[in-house]
Amino acid sequence: MELMSKEREYKSLHIALAGNPNSGKTTIFNNLTGSRQHVGNYSGVTVEKKEGYCKFQQYELLLVDLPGTYSLTTYSPEEVVARNFIVQEQPDVVVNVVDASNLERNLYLAVQLLELERPFMLALNMIDVAESRQLIIHDEILSEQLAVPVARTIGSHNEGTDSLLVAIVKAAYQKRAVPFAIDYGPDIEADIQQLANRLAAVPQPLQYPLRWLAMKLLENDQDIIDRVRGVAGGSEIVQYSITLREKLQNKLGEDPEMALAGLRYKFVGALYRQAVEGRPDHELTISDKIDKVLTNRVLGIPIFLGLMWMVFTLVFTVGKYPQDWLAQAIKVAGQLVGQQLPAGDLKSLVVDGIFGGVGSVVSFLPLILFLFFAISLLEDTGYMARAAFVMDRIMRQVGLHGKSFIPLLLGFGCGVPAIMGTRTLENPRDRLVTILVSPLMSCSARLPIYSVLIGAFFSSDIAGNVLFSLYLLGVILAIIMARVFRSVLFRGATEPFIMELPPYHWPTLNSVVIHMWERSYLYLKKAGTIILAVAILMWFLTNFPSAVPYSRDYDAVINQAEVEFTQQVEEDINQPLAIAAIDDNAALKATIDKLLAVNEQFKQATADLEDDDPELAALSEKKAKTVQALHAENAASFAMAAYYVELQADLDDVKADVAKAKAAEKINQSYAGTIGKFLAPLGRPLGFDWKMNVALIAGFSAKEVVVGTLGTIYSVGEVGAKTVPLQMALAADPAFNPLIAYTFMVFCLVYSPCLAALATIKRETNSWKWAFFAAAYTTGLAWIMAFIVYQGGLLLGIGV
Amino acid sequence: MFKLLSQLTSGQQGMVSKIIGSGVIQRRLLDMGITPGTVIRIEKFAPLGDPMEVKAKGFNLSLRKNEAKNIEIEMA
Repeated sequence: MELMSKEREYKSLHIALAGNPNSGKTTIFNNLTGSRQHVGNYSGVTVEKKEGYCKFQQYELLLVDLPGTYSLTTYSPEEVVARNFIVQEQPDVVVNVVDASNLERNLYLAVQLLELERPFMLALNMIDVAESRQLIIHDEILSEQLAVPVARTIGSHNEGTDSLLVAIVKAAYQKRAVPFAIDYGPDIEADIQQLANRLAAVPQPLQYPLRWLAMKLLENDQDIIDRVRGVAGGSEIVQYSITLREKLQNKLGEDPEMALAGLRYKFVGALYRQAVEGRPDHELTISDKIDKVLTNRVLGIPIFLGLMWMVFTLVFTVGKYPQDWLAQAIKVAGQLVGQQLPAGDLKSLVVDGIFGGVGSVVSFLPLILFLFFAISLLEDTGYMARAAFVMDRIMRQVGLHGKSFIPLLLGFGCGVPAIMGTRTLENPRDRLVTILVSPLMSCSARLPIYSVLIGAFFSSDIAGNVLFSLYLLGVILAIIMARVFRSVLFRGATEPFIMELPPYHWPTLNSVVIHMWERSYLYLKKAGTIILAVAILMWFLTNFPSAVPYSRDYDAVINQAEVEFTQQVEEDINQPLAIAAIDDNAALKATIDKLLAVNEQFKQATADLEDDDPELAALSEKKAKTVQALHAENAASFAMAAYYVELQADLDDVKADVAKAKAAEKINQSYAGTIGKFLAPLGRPLGFDWKMNVALIAGFSAKEVVVGTLGTIYSVGEVGAKTVPLQMALAADPAFNPLIAYTFMVFCLVYSPCLAALATIKRETNSWKWAFFAAAYTTGLAWIMAFIVYQGGLLLGIGV
Repeated sequence: MFKLLSQLTSGQQGMVSKIIGSGVIQRRLLDMGITPGTVIRIEKFAPLGDPMEVKAKGFNLSLRKNEAKNIEIEMA
């Protein structure tokens, strides 16, 4: 009799999913693991590592979704990662997910996987598509010829998942009598044998199957050559393999690598003809019909641009609402927390530094979510490949790749989603160049800087042109730098554009959502920690030293004003009315309170309105009417009440002015200010003084901060939508003129991407090196461009 | 009659007779299934004239003209 045990014992099985891109492998992975998955990176490379688990009968399956590959050569990091994983991690089963409607090509990878000699099974996915193309597949022939279990699935409908799991378990326990081997013909087989014998004699065993190593040496596989060289006696073996290769080349009349590939395909072709009935014709599929419109010679580009506009709008225009809401919510949360703290440095650190810093990062989250929703949709439907197809010609002229277009376009909104969007670029070189060039697409955070400075120094008829010139400059610099990077830094073999145009299909909500969530969570985690750290640093630099010796005794000024206020109230209100204090006269107090309430309400309602906003005029009128009504109601006390309110307002103004002046002096003497002055010699050739330097330094953390910092420096208080006071202050500053303003804008356009973007670069490239490089080259380039603009302007005598 | 794939026009079809040269591009072509004996048909060209879209072994492939010139085609 069985004892009832509370815990079932689970056997752990380690499974690797491999297959072509677009074979539906990831959908199957999602079907198996649901949300129980995790995305990371393979160490040292920017290849994504996807792991998850699921329970089946008494097994616990640990699944790894290997990157999609067409082959297992060394030409891409994905392929190397996939094959190394299979050999080194030794999964219990390699599950090859194949697109059943495209079987012949998919089998090419299958045989290569089999040659790695791990337990193997074949999952014929997308059976529905194969059937709709009148293809009849004889599973038993495949199973027999390859000596592996075969299962049928329709991943998009989550069908066949159970039989897949059964087959996986079967494959794990199946023992092969003889490892899978293709007969490559007498010449090649003889050489393989020779090399395998020598490799067997090596004292330090390499983890790979000997036959496979021998084949790779003959195929001139650089990765394997390096590994073999790395063991005792290996160099001689490699040398021998080179001799064998040459002889083979002469005998066969072609490169052994091509010969082996050709023979593999011959095997696959023969197997395919045996196992599959019904040739896929070159008749028009539904996808072809859709493409008649979408990649049409005339409509192709307009449709593409239209779709891009929609993505852009979704991400930045629609995303702005949740972004603003989230930013507001964080601000409020910060204030609530701040109320619990005593006034002082800790409070300032928490409210301004932490909540302020975190706010800017977390508020990006809606944009990220929308972006990856859009990208997932485009990718899953298969449209992304068409976009690259349509744009490739133009992008290639500028040293980029067709798939670079979308990320760069997103850069006009925000660099963070743009950089994350480069994941669609398979080729690491293209991806890097695109990432490095993306900051030059002037992001939306820089727009307030332009609008303030253009408003202050340029007349409204040329304002539009000035703005456009900046954006255009960014694009031109991006093109130049792309070409420079391509030819100087990333020289080498031209990467092929050869790319499959997968059939269109409906995206599954499941995979789109999972995809979207993965990226967003990682963004929050990684970018958030760095942003937070530097936001705190910036807060520190701009707020300390805190005990600043002021040029005037501001406290005395406030005291003075308060004394005068009390005196005036006493003389002009209290004495005539024969009261000791305002509160004593109930009617007066009530009127004062009502007036104050009206003023307060007006202030709040108009806080964000521009001076020429019609709503402002309407609200002003309404206020005037309300005041008139109050006057009529409280005729007796109105005059005194209005006078009191006026005195109060004057006192408040004095306090506000003092606060602004204190803040300005504080920043002047802060560490940031000191650094700004220290950097003055660097800024002088560009026409910048210490104030601009400080603003630019603050801008490293986030470009939005530049305008705010300028506002503080010029002591105009909080800079909201009403930037007119700042514009007036700037225009009045003799250190500023149109030329310097333009130079400043050019510098802002080009210099270092903000922290969030840098953190994203670090994450996407998996190295600090590129993040630093991006910051350094853009800042250097910014300096050079600003220098050219300023000095050039001085020479030509414009704008001064 | 032999031509290079890059010389064909929309709608034309032929059989791959040879992959010329050996490098990353040629290897990638093989990986994608463009091997001697495969029937290829030109579907269309991109709006700006390049790249081109072809059908082979039941799937659609896009490639640049300068990559296509490595494929020798035997016309029917």
